[in-house]
Amino acid sequence: MLKIADKTFKSCLFTGTGKFGSAKLMEEALLVSESELVTVALKRVDLQHKEDDILQHLNHPHLNLLPNTSGVRNAKEAVYAAQLAREALETNWVKLEIHPDPKYLMPDPIETLLATEELAKLGFIVLPYIHADPVLCKRLEDAGTAAVMPLGSPIGSNKGLKTIDFLEIIISQSKVPVVIDAGIGAPSDAAKAMEIGADAVLVNTAIAVAGNPVEMAKAFKMAVEAGRKAYEAKLAKTVNHAVASSPLTSFLDV
Amino acid sequence: MSEFLEIFKQYHWDDVKASIYNKNHIDVEEALHNPKRGLEDFKALVSPAASAYLEPMAQLSHQLTQKRFGKTLQMYIPLYLSNECNNICTYCGFSLDNKIKRKTLSPLEIMQEVSVIKNMGYDHVLLVTGEANQTVHVDYFKKVLDLIRPHFSHISMEVQPLDQEDYEALIPLGLNTVLVYQETYHQEDYKKHHPKGKKSNFEYRLATPDRLGRAGIHKMGLGVLIGLEDWRTDCFFTALHLQYLEKTYWQTKYSLSFPRLRPFSGGLEPKVAMNDRELAQLICAYRIFDEEVELSLSTRESASFRNHIIKMGITSISAGSKTNPGGYTVEPESLEQFEISDDRSPQEIAQMIKNSGYEVVWKDWDQVL
Repeated sequence: MLKIADKTFKSCLFTGTGKFGSAKLMEEALLVSESELVTVALKRVDLQHKEDDILQHLNHPHLNLLPNTSGVRNAKEAVYAAQLAREALETNWVKLEIHPDPKYLMPDPIETLLATEELAKLGFIVLPYIHADPVLCKRLEDAGTAAVMPLGSPIGSNKGLKTIDFLEIIISQSKVPVVIDAGIGAPSDAAKAMEIGADAVLVNTAIAVAGNPVEMAKAFKMAVEAGRKAYEAKLAKTVNHAVASSPLTSFLDV
Repeated sequence: MSEFLEIFKQYHWDDVKASIYNKNHIDVEEALHNPKRGLEDFKALVSPAASAYLEPMAQLSHQLTQKRFGKTLQMYIPLYLSNECNNICTYCGFSLDNKIKRKTLSPLEIMQEVSVIKNMGYDHVLLVTGEANQTVHVDYFKKVLDLIRPHFSHISMEVQPLDQEDYEALIPLGLNTVLVYQETYHQEDYKKHHPKGKKSNFEYRLATPDRLGRAGIHKMGLGVLIGLEDWRTDCFFTALHLQYLEKTYWQTKYSLSFPRLRPFSGGLEPKVAMNDRELAQLICAYRIFDEEVELSLSTRESASFRNHIIKMGITSISAGSKTNPGGYTVEPESLEQFEISDDRSPQEIAQMIKNSGYEVVWKDWDQVL
């Protein structure tokens, strides 16, 4: 079972809360997905008022909130935002998102590393959103990260696992859970991510913007389960040709 | 220091205009199918030839917008602080030569207005003034920001262009976004429409986004006043400006507006009219050209146009707006900058948006950020 920090998860599908046509639709889709970790943009919620519309629709015991720092541009702002989130939402979990580039929303590796170090010291469970950079992942482990969240392709792009070669390196050498975070556009992408050994995937746009978000949430749930099962069952090797004989070594058997 | 002016000088209005009008249906189809679109594609999309492709353009714009922004629309409202102005602008109700009673809101009056718009549900506000550097200056803006910052998550400003150091002083006080419209990129025509006042300096205005970028503003808004000159050519220059800014000040967000000249008492008739179909074409063209830019629509447009256009690329919208200082409660009868066209209340607009299957977003920023 997936374990991050001291928490275990039955579901390997993490979800986002943005871009839905209504808060009610979001709630329905998240319930159907059976996701147990949902990320919420701090900038979208009204921390002063507990009756915030988004938060009210996330008020289910199995839904753990993962506040994210979307909008901050450096480590200092991220640490401040995480502290506010901890106070207001009563969780020390934080999805660290530092993208100073508002066009492609590319994560800043330097500021992310600095913020992770600082937040880990302050007792936060840090899940940083990063590029699929294997060295950065190891550096983040040293800094005390609880997991790593490398991107599959640019956030919101629905382009799938463009970084797959680097994701495979990350998965093979990571000591913390690997959550593929951005660009997962279809259930098949999510299944593929799980088949190569990811511990979880985070999906938002592909569910929220689907023609029927609730049905799509169900499709993602099934895909993630199938992909995980396939990984555990060990996929048969793929070959491009039939393997009939051993022309070079058969003389040894004679 | 490299600035947009250097790029701007490499282009000639008449050549650009001719090139847009020479685009044909093949150029339009290429632009629609090209996965990496550039300025030549934008020219094709705003050309008369693209008029026949409005439905596929709208479909594409709809999809691209939903992918990036989701099924959401951001709400904002203008707060007019002053109609004092030392500029003569041929199209504006606040023009110096327009004999109206002048008014700049006091701190108490500002708070009365704030209380009304907060009650409407707003959390994002746009501060608007004319240009009166003796009274409505940087110190005035500092006081206003101090006053209203606790009440809004996001504060935008549409005031006279300022120097870089002024922006640098205002940003830490809670200024998130600055809108500065070039009005027209046709330099000679610009002079005709701005005969007097600081605004008559075309190049100072043109360099304002560079000053904002260097000051590290979070977001800036560009646009032209549609009706002063050929809109297709003017919007090409807006796109050129946007492309330059996105590459140069890559940490800043951008939004575009496309206000059409509206009547005011004694005002100017548009030189070049733009009909609803053409405005829809422009909105789609901007979106297809730039998937990430925010597109903002004001109450200048009619209710029926706004009901339909929100699905075609728009990301933020105002409602219940007053375009006169004190318009919400202090002095509701004072002269407006321009007549609004859609006078539905914010709640009616919010309901319309919900009925279209979209989530109304009142808050998408936080002063702690």
